[in-house]
Amino acid sequence: MASRIDAFGTLEVLISRLYRPDFKRSIADVFRIQVVSNSDVRSPIITLGSTSFFHVRVNNLYVVCVTKTNANAALVFEYCYRFISISKSYFGKVDEEAVKNNFTLIYELIDEICDFGYPQNSEADTLKTYITTESIISSAFQAEESSKITSQATGNTSWRRGDVKYKKNEAFVDVVETVNLSMSAKGTVLRADVDGHIQMRAYLTGTPECKFGLNDKLVIDRAERGSIADAVELDDCRFHQCVRLTEFDSDRTISFVPPDGEFELMRYRSTSNVKLPLRIMTTVNEVGTSQVTYIVAVKANFGAKLSATNVVLRIPTPLNTTSVECKVATGKAKYVPAENVVSWKIPRVQGGQECTFTATADLTSTTVRQVWARPPIDVDFQVLMFTASGLIVRFLKVFEAGGYNSIKWVRYLTKASGTYQVRF
Amino acid sequence: MSIRAPRKGENYELSVDLNSEYREKRKDAIKRVIASMTVGKDVSGLFPDVLKNMQTDDLEQKKLVYLYLMNYAKTQPELVILAVNTFVKDSEDPNPLVRALAIRTMGCLRAEKIIDYLCDPLRRALSDDNPYVRKTAALCVAKLYDLKPELAIENGFLEQLHEMIGDSNPMVVANTVAALTDINAAATAHQIPPDDPAHFDITSAVLTKLLIALNECSEWGRVAILNALARYTAQDDKESEHICERVVPQFQHVNGAVVLAAMKVVMIHMRAVHREDLVKQLVRKMAPPLVTLLSSPPEVQWVALKNINLLLQKRADLLTSEMRVFFCKYNDPLYVKVEKLDIMVRLANDNNVDALLSELKEYASEVDVDFVRKSIKAIGQTAIQIESAAERCVNVLLELIDTRVSYVVQEAVVVMKDIFRKYPSTYEGVIPTLCANLDELDEPEAKASLIWIIGEYAEKIENADELLGVFVDTFTEESYQVQLQTLTAVVKLFLKKPDSSQGIVQRVLTTATKDCDSPDVRDRAYIYWRLLSTDPGAAKAVVLAHRPPISVPQTTVSPALLEELLGDLSSLASVYHKPAETFIGHGRVGADSLQRKATEVDDRAAAQRALQTVAAGQQAENLLDFDDEPAQAANGDSSLLSSSSSSGLAATQILPHTPAAANLLAGTSANPLDDLVSIFGGMNAGAGFGSGSGSGGGGAGRGSASADGIMGGLGSPGVLSPTHTGVTSPSAGTMSPTGTGAGPGAQKPQDDLLGLF
Repeated sequence: MASRIDAFGTLEVLISRLYRPDFKRSIADVFRIQVVSNSDVRSPIITLGSTSFFHVRVNNLYVVCVTKTNANAALVFEYCYRFISISKSYFGKVDEEAVKNNFTLIYELIDEICDFGYPQNSEADTLKTYITTESIISSAFQAEESSKITSQATGNTSWRRGDVKYKKNEAFVDVVETVNLSMSAKGTVLRADVDGHIQMRAYLTGTPECKFGLNDKLVIDRAERGSIADAVELDDCRFHQCVRLTEFDSDRTISFVPPDGEFELMRYRSTSNVKLPLRIMTTVNEVGTSQVTYIVAVKANFGAKLSATNVVLRIPTPLNTTSVECKVATGKAKYVPAENVVSWKIPRVQGGQECTFTATADLTSTTVRQVWARPPIDVDFQVLMFTASGLIVRFLKVFEAGGYNSIKWVRYLTKASGTYQVRF
Repeated sequence: MSIRAPRKGENYELSVDLNSEYREKRKDAIKRVIASMTVGKDVSGLFPDVLKNMQTDDLEQKKLVYLYLMNYAKTQPELVILAVNTFVKDSEDPNPLVRALAIRTMGCLRAEKIIDYLCDPLRRALSDDNPYVRKTAALCVAKLYDLKPELAIENGFLEQLHEMIGDSNPMVVANTVAALTDINAAATAHQIPPDDPAHFDITSAVLTKLLIALNECSEWGRVAILNALARYTAQDDKESEHICERVVPQFQHVNGAVVLAAMKVVMIHMRAVHREDLVKQLVRKMAPPLVTLLSSPPEVQWVALKNINLLLQKRADLLTSEMRVFFCKYNDPLYVKVEKLDIMVRLANDNNVDALLSELKEYASEVDVDFVRKSIKAIGQTAIQIESAAERCVNVLLELIDTRVSYVVQEAVVVMKDIFRKYPSTYEGVIPTLCANLDELDEPEAKASLIWIIGEYAEKIENADELLGVFVDTFTEESYQVQLQTLTAVVKLFLKKPDSSQGIVQRVLTTATKDCDSPDVRDRAYIYWRLLSTDPGAAKAVVLAHRPPISVPQTTVSPALLEELLGDLSSLASVYHKPAETFIGHGRVGADSLQRKATEVDDRAAAQRALQTVAAGQQAENLLDFDDEPAQAANGDSSLLSSSSSSGLAATQILPHTPAAANLLAGTSANPLDDLVSIFGGMNAGAGFGSGSGSGGGGAGRGSASADGIMGGLGSPGVLSPTHTGVTSPSAGTMSPTGTGAGPGAQKPQDDLLGLF
């Protein structure tokens, strides 16, 4: 188990908490020499002698766990990321400034979420009930309240308080899909899959029991491919801890008591019949050694009523580019020398629409003939009310002893950022 | 009280504020004290002032004071006593948060003085009504045991802990399991007798309780419980099946640590499952969650990839149709890409090899030199693994050589040499292309590879003597590896074309014996010389002996180690693919375990010696057979002897080490002692090989040189041992994960470095 957790600034130790007595403070200096000031770090775990450093970098901070045991590496990294997400939910962002401004709170938090190197309760929602930014004065009333909090924090629905009340009972379901694509220069799809997650915001009174249904057909065995026409094949799904895994395992129903507020209900992955929202066609020619010409076309491959927004194509240019002349009919294209890309931004592409980009990049002559690696074109976009996997929420039923009516809202979003890559 | 700081400076101001009559001012001062403490300033002088603020209703302030106490209790044990009263009082507070906080903090103080006062509050806390307090208390017992085991035993805390496994609250159960496991580990390390309560034996009664708690507790608790389940020894098949079935739903958990812990339990208990259909079903259920782990953050992905690599070594059929998900994304971190590459090659088969090759070719044009080299190596491995794709691989390599990028060409030449080893005389057409790039090679390994190829196909290369002549001219300036290869290649040339190369062989033998300062090169030259002058027929039999084709090893670790690592999935050991002892053991279990290790190593050394004797005998027999059966390959041992040049050397020196070293590296031989050897190799990874085998074989006063011989022998192509030139390096790469900064060999000095701090 982790013996020590630190958050480092790039140069200084911001927070440090020792859970076990086997380290001195100065161990931080070792880390600083080996990782922070080393530009060529090639592994997230560094073992020096018998001491292992696990590190995760976020903005300019390093979150570091140090141990001398044969620790559980997956657990340590999951914990680091959980620490980061809890910090985010407490102060909005995680950077040096936020850590410095909130260091007492962070000490309280890491004390609460980890004891003797064993992670404890790490649900931000529950933590917020008893670790707050205002100070709590202990009193008789408080003691009673605390009893409630603590029994909830340890109970078998540790994620939910029992006494939640709302005038209007609502549940919002957001299906968010990230498309991973890599397409070869010849236009064949090398890899296309969807990482989806279902985000839920539940504002429901009492302790409601929810049942959730999708048009899925979880395929464990590919040979079992069935006949239901509109069913989506999910390769795998993973659930929030509130979902009863045993029930899912036996009869594929997703039933749970939701936490109050926002949480990620499930994540899934789908690899078959992925509908690619944007088609990219490229013609890139190297004219001699002094010029590269580009023709890039984007076609929106979905119904005319929908539209893709915030479309950004980053089209790489050779390293010795001096200037790029771009012509676009829609959106704006600009050469960004620092990143060696032309960034073409289109605020909105309607379904079925096609946009074209033509450009000529002028190159300086270099003495050494170096082959241009041609990194892929990277496309970012968002399409509302569209799922690349074809997933649809069929129902969400809420059962509660009070028997109230609840309103449910469902939204779909398909997006890509840094994962939609087309080679040319 | 104690010596006060001078009446000025920051600490003095803080001390004034800490004693202020205003609550807010005091609290603010405490915060400043903690801030100073965090940046490393010594504020221990303020101990009494801070302590005064401990008694407060303000929870936040209380926590801050506790934090300060935890930091300085060790250096100010006398003063900590003053805090005891408040702690004891807090442990009876009506507010459970305060009670738990007091217990938690007292456990962290680690001051002998205060420990005695801990027992009563702890006993109360263990049977508190509130589960939050109980769960904190459970871990506190582990803290107490760590500090003063006898106290924990005297007070019967351990028995109480054992009872708490049946607690109604799942979180309490999880923490109890975590605490007991921790205590058990410490007890095992200290060799406490097995009937001591410190040992955590998982009985079937405990099992039932754990299986119930598993579905209800928090994600971290699940990991603790799953770890405990992994240690359980099932009574029969039925029970193993039952455990597997109960654990499988955890594959669907969102937390990667839970998924991997569940995999571990299933892998362990599956060993006892004999129903084929169930095993199949379990394996099938493992694949999708593993693939899903690849959409986690890069660090978790990396751990998952390392583990997938292990799982594939055990169950090659696990992810057969999933190769595409392992394709590298352009912006993946390098450590992820390298691991993906390894797995892609493992998953390659006739159906997906085209896609794989076009990917690998794509990677070979990226910027990072290391990654490019690994990609080219992967092409070679694919060619060796899949015969039907070899030609396509060679074509891709030729295209890469055409790019004329220096490191690409060099790596491609090295890889081509491996392909020649596997498919002799099949792709001779490419030799002219390779030779055309002779001038661009500047790395020893690439040069040596090309020289080996020239020597091997000397009869088919018209200007072989010219080409080799270049190297003979610069003989003394080359590295030893290249010298050895040149020597062997020239001798091969002479044996194949005796008429035209009399002069060159004379020249190289003279240079090597007179002007060369490496004993290995000199010795080899002498042996060749004598062989050639006494019996050219024998020389032919030795130098031009048939070499067995190489193959890619399916496992990079020995079967025994693989089982051990699979039982330790997602731990550091499984990430490093090394047994845990190689990188821990200096911690709290230090001295004792080291001693134990030492005796174990002795045992191993003894076994090693025995093995050497046997091996030496075996080899001696081979030697006797030398005349009528020059192709030693008939003997499964296949290694140095059968490969061209070294047989001369082997006859004199390397011989006793041969089988041991070969097995060590191949890790797949049928020799029953093999596991032992491989473990030994793992322990001394890298640098250990030479000395390890040297110790038993007794290099007869030439310790270092003979060790060198082995390394050179296995590393350089002229003396190719079956699997190992291009192929070992990646497997060695997995032994010490790519970037650990310190390879296993370098760990010792690093240790010293750490000791300084």
